Amino acid sequence: MDWLLNLRAVKGRAYPRAVGGLREPSWMFFDTLLPLLGIAAFVFYYQALGAPEVFTGYVIIGGAMTAYWLNVLWSMATQFYWEKETGNLELYMMAPMSKMSVLAGMALGGMILTSVRAVSTIVLGVIIFQVEMDISSPGLLAAVFVTTLIALYGLGMLFSSLYMLWGRGAWHMSNLMQEPIYLVSGFYFPVREIGFYFALGAAIIPITLGLDAMRQLLFGDQTQGLLPVTTELALLLVSAVAFIVAAHFALKKMEYLGRKEGRLTMRWQ
Amino acid sequence: MKDELRKDLRTVRWSAWLGWQMESNWTNPLLFLVYSIVKPVFGTFILVFMFVIILGDVATDPVLFSYMYVGNAFYMFVAQVMFGVAYVVQEDRERFKTLKQVYIAPISFFLYVIGRALSKMAVTALAVVITLVFGVVALDVAVDLAQTAWLMFAIGLLIGLACICTIGVALAGVTFLTARHSSGINEGIAGLFYLFCGVVYPITVLPQWAQSIGLAIPITYWLELMRRTLVPSMDFSEMSGLGEFSDLSILLLLTVTSMAFLLVSIGIFKYADHLARKKGKLDMNSTY
Repeated sequence: MDWLLNLRAVKGRAYPRAVGGLREPSWMFFDTLLPLLGIAAFVFYYQALGAPEVFTGYVIIGGAMTAYWLNVLWSMATQFYWEKETGNLELYMMAPMSKMSVLAGMALGGMILTSVRAVSTIVLGVIIFQVEMDISSPGLLAAVFVTTLIALYGLGMLFSSLYMLWGRGAWHMSNLMQEPIYLVSGFYFPVREIGFYFALGAAIIPITLGLDAMRQLLFGDQTQGLLPVTTELALLLVSAVAFIVAAHFALKKMEYLGRKEGRLTMRWQ
Repeated sequence: MKDELRKDLRTVRWSAWLGWQMESNWTNPLLFLVYSIVKPVFGTFILVFMFVIILGDVATDPVLFSYMYVGNAFYMFVAQVMFGVAYVVQEDRERFKTLKQVYIAPISFFLYVIGRALSKMAVTALAVVITLVFGVVALDVAVDLAQTAWLMFAIGLLIGLACICTIGVALAGVTFLTARHSSGINEGIAGLFYLFCGVVYPITVLPQWAQSIGLAIPITYWLELMRRTLVPSMDFSEMSGLGEFSDLSILLLLTVTSMAFLLVSIGIFKYADHLARKKGKLDMNSTY
């Protein structure tokens, strides 16, 4: 394998993602301030219900992480479908690098751009709603966060491979995976509240465990976690590897099917 | 004049039909139904879960629960239709690449967008009805159709939906000028209404300045009217912050603020349309 070529492909695909954001300054406004409005509504809803203050923190962290989930759905999973619609997919297929490099580049660029939104949501949320966090294990917190992102974007790469041959169903599938996942992954409340075994099932989505672990690390004893943080970290590591390996094979299979059935260039299905 | 009106109605009718085909003909009707309903219904479940986690049971505070449930059900129109209308420009421009052809056709593009909104409204209406029925059957939401003031409900519903469409058209105008990731704008504007209009909590929970913003937006009055007419057995006036207004006053406020939003929306759409033509953005294609 030509590692240099593939690294250049990663950089080449990540570049327009990251720079694209800077070329559309309006995105910065829309991606930083506007999402906070929806999150604030959940905070006020909890306040109307008389919830303990820690729930405000849960909402801020969950709300920030929605940015990554949305990015995975709309800019990873549906991306090859979108590239097919715009005519780029055949160019990727003809180029000599691994298609995994393209996906990795998309993931890297997406992470950079999305982190702007996520970080600004947390910073503004903490300042405006006076959320108290206790970061006693910053190293562990960073490890959980990074592993969650790798597993999450690995899942996005897997979805991207599977979506490659889809028609308009891809768009609807991503749409379908927003609110139901917000619910079962506990974006706005501790996931344990939906029931231990149900939550364990939802742990197939890496953000479920990632969010739970981060909440345990940020809010300490106030959070009743699903599993111990180190167990959740280990599970996240396993899922990160599993998703990336699965994406590799799924991509090969789908590419083969696409070439065989002539669906790689089929548009507007 | 009569011919013009007929032409405009034809534009709305055929664009609605086109929208319906684009929405639904990618799969079989049953699967389409599932896809259309699951998203908004799960959105409601999140709120129900949050309610139950904090208060233990929906019966603990039935007035607040009904307030939240009915408000959220009707808010689906805001989220789905407004988002959908704004997405029309992006979809036609970058996905199907038909915006130019539609734009230069001898029809009103404004009405074309309105027509496309109608099909989204039909799909959303189904989700709203299913959510409300589920609420009544499974969660004891006190919708009482026998006591509903139907005329007031129908007039309020129509004005509210028209208002949502016109705000969507304004967003469609803004989408002329932005790259394909315009969903952030739609999400943000929807969030703005969600925050300030007392959708799932009374606006009295908000700081005073935020309540003032909420009182300037027609969605606030629309949701209040929908609640009052559909759940007449519960008195929301105490908690909603709109208790001083009668039902008729609420309808009047809804009409006045909707007219103001209509004028602003048309202005935004026309200005954005002008700018897009001037800057050559009508056929923009952002492939990143």
